[in-house]
Amino acid sequence: MPGIIGKKIGMTSVFSAEGKNIPCTVIEAGPCVVTQVKTSEVDGYEAIQLGYGERKEKRTSAAMKGHFKKAGTTPKIKTIEFKGFEDKKVGDSVDVSLFAEGEWVDVTGTSKGKGFQGVVKRHGFAGVGGQTHGQHNRLRAPGSIGAASTPSRVMKGMRMAGQMGGVRVTTENLEVVKVYPEKNLIVLKGSVPGAKGSIVTINK
Amino acid sequence: MNAIQFVENDLSSNNNIPDFKAGDTIAVDYKIKEGNKERIQTFQGVVLQRRSSGNTETFTVRKMSGSVGVERIFACNSPFIEGIKVTKKGHVRRARIFYLRDLTGKSARIKEKIVVKK
Repeated sequence: MPGIIGKKIGMTSVFSAEGKNIPCTVIEAGPCVVTQVKTSEVDGYEAIQLGYGERKEKRTSAAMKGHFKKAGTTPKIKTIEFKGFEDKKVGDSVDVSLFAEGEWVDVTGTSKGKGFQGVVKRHGFAGVGGQTHGQHNRLRAPGSIGAASTPSRVMKGMRMAGQMGGVRVTTENLEVVKVYPEKNLIVLKGSVPGAKGSIVTINK
Repeated sequence: MNAIQFVENDLSSNNNIPDFKAGDTIAVDYKIKEGNKERIQTFQGVVLQRRSSGNTETFTVRKMSGSVGVERIFACNSPFIEGIKVTKKGHVRRARIFYLRDLTGKSARIKEKIVVKK
């Protein structure tokens, strides 16, 4: 699906015409540049690669410098492939006017890292629930992780404690509240994965 | 002006609420919809706190209804706020006066702030 790369700015809330308080996320999206066009003859599939954000020349590797030079643009901080665009040539720009008010979009980003977390926070286990009946330092413990002699092993995928967050997350079906093409801003209803300033992609 | 402020200025109704802070006694005229009729209800009490900033700013008002304390939180930019009247300026030493919840009777009074006009 066609989309655009952006940066999460932050959240606010606005009142709708009916007086409802709507939580909103503001994203600075685009302008993006087409840095490469992939075709089924050469690459085996159809897609375009978009570049977003300025990267310092001296921080860019020689290989990437050549790649951006071929597209006739300055070095970009992020390049991501999108499908579903039509009639785009290398060097064309894509901006936030791709989206209109009232449309529904999906936003993909990297969620905030939470570190090593136990099962109550990570998987929503209920914990033990009581403090009496001999409970001692077991309040947030996972409990049994399986049976004994059959199968005499722990099942694959058993939910346990571990690293939480910092993974790729997609939030689906967010309503577009407002688009400001002259400021490259898009306002979406609801929250979006990641910290302020993190790179997100908005897909139709 | 940053992007968030730009969006807030563009999308919010921006109530012109008077200047007040914790300890002040205010009367909030609040629009209430009943079916398709609209009426105005006044909630008068002491401001416990103002929190957050920009479009998400809210304030908490506490009043005593008989012997029961009632608190209401209003959004500063809510379109249902018809008007706010500051009836008394209070002299308090903190920005959030939650200690007031534990006080009753004479000790729950707040000294009036004497505003000296220059």
